[in-house]
Amino acid sequence: MTRPQAIVPLGDQAVFVEYAQVLDLQINAAVQRLATRIRARKVDWLTDIVPTMGGVALYPDWTHPLLPTAPFDAIQQLVTECIDDAAGGSVSGSDALVGRLIEVPVCYEPEFALDLVELSEQLKLRPDEIIARHLRPEYCVLMMGFVPGHPYLGGLDESLTVPRRTAPRAKVPAGSIAIANGQSVIYPFQTPGGWKVIGRTPLRLFDAYRDPPCLFAPQDRVRFVAVSSAQFRAFKEDDLPQVTAAAV
Amino acid sequence: MSSRSPVIRVLRPGILSTVQDLGRSGLQHLGIVPCGAMDTVSHRLANALVGNAAGEATVEITVLGPELRFETSSLIALCGARFEASVNGAPCPLDRPVLVGAGARLLLGRALLGARCYLAIAGGIAVRPALGSRSTYVPAGFGGFAGRALLAGDQLELRADVAQISAERFERLVSQGTRLLQAAQLRSVHWSTLPMTMPNRDPIIVRALTGMHAELFDDAAKHALFDSTWRVAAESNRIGYRLLGPVLSRRTAGDVLSGPTCLGTVQVPISGQPIVLMADHQTTGGYPKLAEVISADVARLGQLLPGARLRFMRCDLEEALKLRHVLAQRLATCEQAISSEYGN
Repeated sequence: MTRPQAIVPLGDQAVFVEYAQVLDLQINAAVQRLATRIRARKVDWLTDIVPTMGGVALYPDWTHPLLPTAPFDAIQQLVTECIDDAAGGSVSGSDALVGRLIEVPVCYEPEFALDLVELSEQLKLRPDEIIARHLRPEYCVLMMGFVPGHPYLGGLDESLTVPRRTAPRAKVPAGSIAIANGQSVIYPFQTPGGWKVIGRTPLRLFDAYRDPPCLFAPQDRVRFVAVSSAQFRAFKEDDLPQVTAAAV
Repeated sequence: MSSRSPVIRVLRPGILSTVQDLGRSGLQHLGIVPCGAMDTVSHRLANALVGNAAGEATVEITVLGPELRFETSSLIALCGARFEASVNGAPCPLDRPVLVGAGARLLLGRALLGARCYLAIAGGIAVRPALGSRSTYVPAGFGGFAGRALLAGDQLELRADVAQISAERFERLVSQGTRLLQAAQLRSVHWSTLPMTMPNRDPIIVRALTGMHAELFDDAAKHALFDSTWRVAAESNRIGYRLLGPVLSRRTAGDVLSGPTCLGTVQVPISGQPIVLMADHQTTGGYPKLAEVISADVARLGQLLPGARLRFMRCDLEEALKLRHVLAQRLATCEQAISSEYGN
């Protein structure tokens, strides 16, 4: 059973349960399990339960009438209970990581794959080999962050590990699928960004006025499916991806 | 009688005027930051002054104010930065309920002290909530008015019965026997609240706790943070303030594993120039966190302009939690005092 290394305050606003200082998919799975277990407790006075790469951040609601007088001690207690619960029972049944499997259509054609040629030279792999290797794995949402609805996906083929661009782009188009740092990401809307773009999805990842606002949540599984530019253009703005249950 | 809600017409927008409230919560695991007023204390005082709940939307007005025309009679209040303010050319007092007539033109000039002023209107602003809040989040273009800062020609909808509730609320103030301030262009009262977040010295002092990555920095950097006077850089905004001062160097180079951030987090990128995260900050970040400004002092940071100076003072968690409680009590007492002027 993976246990946290430390439980530290984030200023006087939140508590961070830290498992690791380096990225490890097994450890991230433990982070997701703890977040799920804490969420299942439905603690009224906790507003945000945020799984990140190497730990879970917990934000109390400072105006909640049921907030304990020593919130940080109460959070420590809650975390300890959740970890001990897990240690006592087997990691199966309701405790298993049951996420969703989301199929994401991607067009890898040159008009969308802004960095594919450069990557091909850098990695000494043909563009179709890079695409095949990007399509093969099932990814896991390690963390949401950077901008609303933006997933960090773990599980990238190791041969595609590259650093970020030396000069970030001022405008990465919405839906761009990019790789760097041994991960893949999807840009929900046009933003500046430094990851290397190899394709684009027609899906809208984030819409504040849609329910749900985000297509992805932490611990979702993701599969990319290649589509042609004709198929890409046939998608409508409000199309949603195919989602199935995925036991991990 | 038209069913259309009365509006505030934006004649001139000012530099950055956005609709804000106390922000959205419970969505940080999706990368959605709380946002909200940069100075929540002044936002709440403005709402209290017009008889609103603390979470009603206000207009956050930055540095150089807008010119607005009220379609119907409205009870308004301005709190926060000291702006030159006028109604139809006559001076408009800050920090108190002000009843302006139909067609009134409210002009806010330059901030004389502080950076952000909050305009509350009785009944609030009727923009459609997004993800549980009326706060504008400009980087992703949602919330508030069309997900952006106000522009000339915009029509900001108010509650349908704003004229009626404004008249009723002002009448309640009058019925408490308060001394009235009678001016040509507006009606107000003789009492006012005290601003709570204005820069009170130069440099201002904000208290901070040790950040979770402090040990990655060398001793000189750890001392320099607290021993130096910092200047808010020009490239500072609602996302964060870049601070100019000595370069803070680390024992080891490189980013840390991307993790959670908070309002007031002091993070240090490779350049060694610290950044304080403000209301629109990203929910996660990969820069080491050297310190965390205590929550009781964050609203005062919201009143700093580029060029303003600040110093950090060490604080511990126990003290920070106590100061958070003290500020909450002070604000609640003030809100109750205002509420009692309304006969509550």
